[in-house]
Amino acid sequence: MSGQSGMVEKRGAGLWLTHAGLIVGVLFIFFPIWLAFVASTVTQPEIARPPMPLLPGDQFFENYRKALLSGVNAPVATMLLNSLVMAMGIAVGKIVISILSAFAIVYFKFPGRKAFFWLIFLTLMLPVEVRIVPTYEVAAGFGMLNSYSGLIFPLIASATATFLFRQFFMTVPDELAEAARVDGARPMRFFRDILIPMSRTNIAALFVILFIYGWNQYLWPLLITTDPSMNTIVMGIKQMFPSGDDIADWPVIMATSILAMLPPILVVVSMQKLFIRGLVESEK
Amino acid sequence: MEKRVTFKGWFLPLLLVLPQAIVSAVFFFYPAGQAVWQSMFIPDPFGLKSQFVGLGNFEYLLGNSYYRASFVTTAIFSTLVTVVSMGVALYLALLADRLIKGSGTYRTLLIWPYAVAPAIAGVLWLFMFNTRVGVVAWYLGVLGYDWNHVLNGTEAMGLVVVASSWGRISYNFLFFLAGLQAIPKSVIEAAAIDGAHFWTRFRTIVWPLLSPTTFFLLVVNIVYAFFETFGVIHTITAGGPQQATTILVYKVFSDGFVGQDLGSSAAQSVILLIVVSALTIVQFKFVERRVHY
Amino acid sequence: MATVTLDNLRKTFGKTEIIHGVDIDITDGEFIVIVGPSGCGKSTLLRMVAGLETVTSGEVRINGARVNEKEPMDRNIAMVFQNYALYPHMSVFDNMAYGLKIAGKPKAEIAARVADAARLLQLEPYLQRKPRELSGGQRQRVAMGRAIVREPDVFLFDEPLSNLDAKLRVQMRLEIRQLQRKLGITALYVTHDQVEAMTLADRMIVMNAGVAEQIGAPMEVYENPATTFVAGFIGSPPMNFLSDSALPALPPTTRLGIRPEHVTLTAPGRGRADATALYSEALGAETLVHLRLGDGEQVTARIGGKTVPPAEGTELGLAWPDDHAMLFGPDGKRIPPG
Repeated sequence: MSGQSGMVEKRGAGLWLTHAGLIVGVLFIFFPIWLAFVASTVTQPEIARPPMPLLPGDQFFENYRKALLSGVNAPVATMLLNSLVMAMGIAVGKIVISILSAFAIVYFKFPGRKAFFWLIFLTLMLPVEVRIVPTYEVAAGFGMLNSYSGLIFPLIASATATFLFRQFFMTVPDELAEAARVDGARPMRFFRDILIPMSRTNIAALFVILFIYGWNQYLWPLLITTDPSMNTIVMGIKQMFPSGDDIADWPVIMATSILAMLPPILVVVSMQKLFIRGLVESEK
Repeated sequence: MEKRVTFKGWFLPLLLVLPQAIVSAVFFFYPAGQAVWQSMFIPDPFGLKSQFVGLGNFEYLLGNSYYRASFVTTAIFSTLVTVVSMGVALYLALLADRLIKGSGTYRTLLIWPYAVAPAIAGVLWLFMFNTRVGVVAWYLGVLGYDWNHVLNGTEAMGLVVVASSWGRISYNFLFFLAGLQAIPKSVIEAAAIDGAHFWTRFRTIVWPLLSPTTFFLLVVNIVYAFFETFGVIHTITAGGPQQATTILVYKVFSDGFVGQDLGSSAAQSVILLIVVSALTIVQFKFVERRVHY
Repeated sequence: MATVTLDNLRKTFGKTEIIHGVDIDITDGEFIVIVGPSGCGKSTLLRMVAGLETVTSGEVRINGARVNEKEPMDRNIAMVFQNYALYPHMSVFDNMAYGLKIAGKPKAEIAARVADAARLLQLEPYLQRKPRELSGGQRQRVAMGRAIVREPDVFLFDEPLSNLDAKLRVQMRLEIRQLQRKLGITALYVTHDQVEAMTLADRMIVMNAGVAEQIGAPMEVYENPATTFVAGFIGSPPMNFLSDSALPALPPTTRLGIRPEHVTLTAPGRGRADATALYSEALGAETLVHLRLGDGEQVTARIGGKTVPPAEGTELGLAWPDDHAMLFGPDGKRIPPG
């Protein structure tokens, strides 16, 4: 994908203008993050007297230590752990229930299959935000407030992953299932030995997308976790802002923001190829 | 489309769909049903019993000037977010696509804001434009512009639009670049040989061939602006000032959880549900049609 | 070592019957080719024997025992698919071993049997490779190997050569035949290619629209086709058919069939019919001359490659020996001579 089919090559001045345009774009994308990083390495007074410096200071370790170990309401280390559990729970949970039901839908004919298919089709694009109040009541009724299961389960109730797996299974040649039958494989054996290994890339790509989806949740954790020790990092940042007129502890807040961005960015950049494939395939 | 061969039995497949069926029923269908049900009641102030009002909540909402204002706000907000994030992304993708070498590098550099949560994007932009310490706000002050999104509704809207568009640019960029690179080079070279200049080539060849991608992104970005930007709004403006940035999703939240007006909040949920369903149908209709390309 | 019997085998999809009752007794070690145009039901027939399609009525018996209700794995058959159906994530070794692993055979036995099959098929250097790292011919061999290691009663081949290029197809055809002879395993082989059918079969089943039009040894079918369909389908170029408008001597509504190699060219008026040369195709060892009869029907004659073909537009007479002319009735069935 390295521009094999580009728009007729540019040379000389045109090429430099192209690069210049892209660099401006990259700077625009980078600037807010750079500023956050700088703010996470300076002292509170340096920020409180604008303009703040644009180059990093020497408080890096101090600010991050303070954020990780004490934070404002809860130590950021705890929030990071909560986010990790939530993101992993959502990614793994959704993949597991989706791949099982996609297998059933594609490879079996059972009573209610069509109905089930259309029911999960309905869940496709309705985000949790739309049914937020009753979902909250359900979670509260189950005693799931301030719990990992409360953070995870309501967010795996959507069928995007099921559809992705279904689409992929449909492209698996029929003959493979037949060959497995001739070889004596029963359904679950075929699922375990053939279908899952063949889905590895899809599973990995989906994992990246779902991990980020779970990590970046905001509204749901905001409602479901009232206990600071159960806060996830993304929603916890807002809780760090003081109410009223007090000045926010910007260095610690910005250190927390950087920490909150880091895991998903690492996942995206390190699994870039897989992620782009998964994204472009799953959403098209 | 069906598989030619299926395994026999009905117990195993039912067992396999059971986890998803349970989770969907408990956390999706029941709450969605509840939302529809609650939208037809008004609970008394103590929450002890509620009174059936039929479509009363909807009538009230549609007559309510705040709600109608929120509709307009949402329309303006999502249009701006869609146009800005797609416009910038298309511009960058066109530039990157002109490079024979290095478009991959730029892609890597531009991709990762996708990973930044909208709520974090909100915090980052709030920090830059904070009226007390924000470095951009300060420099604007030096230039003689008194930035104050806490009081000025237009500035608040501008800020949430930019913050919401910022992270979205990378997503749109990925799709536009993939779409551009899928256009056969020979088509563009043929146009170049015919003497078409860049702008003509773009207008007559690239843009039409890119239209499936554009349409797809249009729908997806509208849905994004409707729902996922909640974090941005909540962190930067909390819907203010004077509801200038209260989009529909934010209002569901603030009426339901802050205002405890469950009937109204549920009715709003139902209206949103209808809006998303309409968008989904449009998208699927389009996807179906696109198969014929 | 097995016999296979199909007893009035029928298949219905929805309300349409697509296999209209096929009977055959296959003896142990026999190589049976099911041949016919696409959509004639030949693959369905094979898949019913495999147990991949249910039998609507009639019986499939292997070694005399009814297997209609048995799962494929319990029929002790092995199948080679058109697209090979190799497991893409498994090595060649694992592909061949998979069935044995499921059957719970000891590791040492699996290794020995896979090694034997690999030696037989010259796959030894490739055992650790993945299918995508192999050429088409090698994949074909792996698919064969997977069938061999199971030591089945019956081999089932579903157009196994149609994804190969022409040259490889000829080579693999030979190998399959040799292998089957060597192992002595009963085989059912589906193809649409009449050359494969002719060269491979002990007996062939010529299928048309769900009906077995003729079952017999290749030369017997070639020499004595039972219907116009079989006569036209087996043999290349196909048999010529002449109606009574070209040959007034024929009984009305019947047609006369004569193979191209039995048509000889003579001077106009000296043969049984007169024709105009249209064009000729020199194939090297032989030349095909295409001619048009007075009533517009076309006839092909096969002449020696060294003979100078007639120029376009030349008027000629067509002759043939009586014992090679076949008469077919209006229903397409052969009318026995005499």
